[in-house]
Amino acid sequence: MGLLTELRDSISRVTDRLFSASEPKRIGIYGPPNAGKTTLANRIARDWTGDAVGPESHIPHETRRARRKENVTIERNGRTVTIDVVDTPGVTTKVDYNEFLEHDMEKDDAIRRSREATEGVAEAMHWLREDVDGVIYVLDSSTDPFTQVNTMLIGIIESQDLPVLILANKVDLEDSNIQRIANAFPQHETIPLSALEGDNMDEVYDKIAEYFG
Amino acid sequence: MPEATPNTDGVQIDLISGARMDGLRSMEKIRLILDTVRDGNIVILEEGLSPDEESKLIEVTMNEISPDEFNGIEIETYPRSQTGDKSFLGRLMGKEETKKLTVIGPANQIETLHKDENLISALVSRR
Repeated sequence: MGLLTELRDSISRVTDRLFSASEPKRIGIYGPPNAGKTTLANRIARDWTGDAVGPESHIPHETRRARRKENVTIERNGRTVTIDVVDTPGVTTKVDYNEFLEHDMEKDDAIRRSREATEGVAEAMHWLREDVDGVIYVLDSSTDPFTQVNTMLIGIIESQDLPVLILANKVDLEDSNIQRIANAFPQHETIPLSALEGDNMDEVYDKIAEYFG
Repeated sequence: MPEATPNTDGVQIDLISGARMDGLRSMEKIRLILDTVRDGNIVILEEGLSPDEESKLIEVTMNEISPDEFNGIEIETYPRSQTGDKSFLGRLMGKEETKKLTVIGPANQIETLHKDENLISALVSRR
């Protein structure tokens, strides 16, 4: 791509964001499978609108389509911020239908689910490049954050100059290690929470208002 | 890739130089990588991909996954340096430092054993 084209695209991205400031910002909830993204999206949606976004499950790739909850208005310290919450499928570089067979699924169902999962991940990547204004990156704090998917996705988000809030989820689990996530991404602030139990959601909402307001 | 006699007993590893990748457009790079990996070979990129190319690689890989045929890829790079090109002009022009050696292989043939900032250890198996 030529220098002038790159400069024009960069300026266009900045002006697009400036002129759409009055619109609700689309905040994508990203992260690896089973990090608790849908649990968090449902927690936010229920707390501020009374409705859920989608079903939660311990089976990987339960969310296979990006789902949007529009006009979620969060009030913090006298300020209000209105966002569209976009719950996205967990990002991965591989999907094997045999993994679903371990969850008592028939082969046909497992193959269908894996097809939907791959379409969902492709869709999530497209949203990230084109259609979100900020990212909430959710990690399971009981697992190793030094994975290639996390490294690549944080790199992709940073390269788009999107504001990103890193959440260390599942702090209610015994193996939770928040510091390990803070060490993995020292350039970003890490906020601990349990989306399932609702622990530390006040700080999460403070940070959403600060980062995306 | 250059013509060679495939050795069915071994695993082919293609080390692709930065100079060779520099001459390709993003989709040509992704096509080269996926075609090589789908043949059951391992690709080592001297200088890696840009974040945008990595995003497209994931997207195209997902579109090509097919049950009992292709399960996707395993990809490993060193963690991105925190001291890379973070200058305002660099970010404005999308010129992030991407020169990171990258290993890519079929998901069912390569397994990462260990990774840190200076070492990637992987187990490669035959088909």
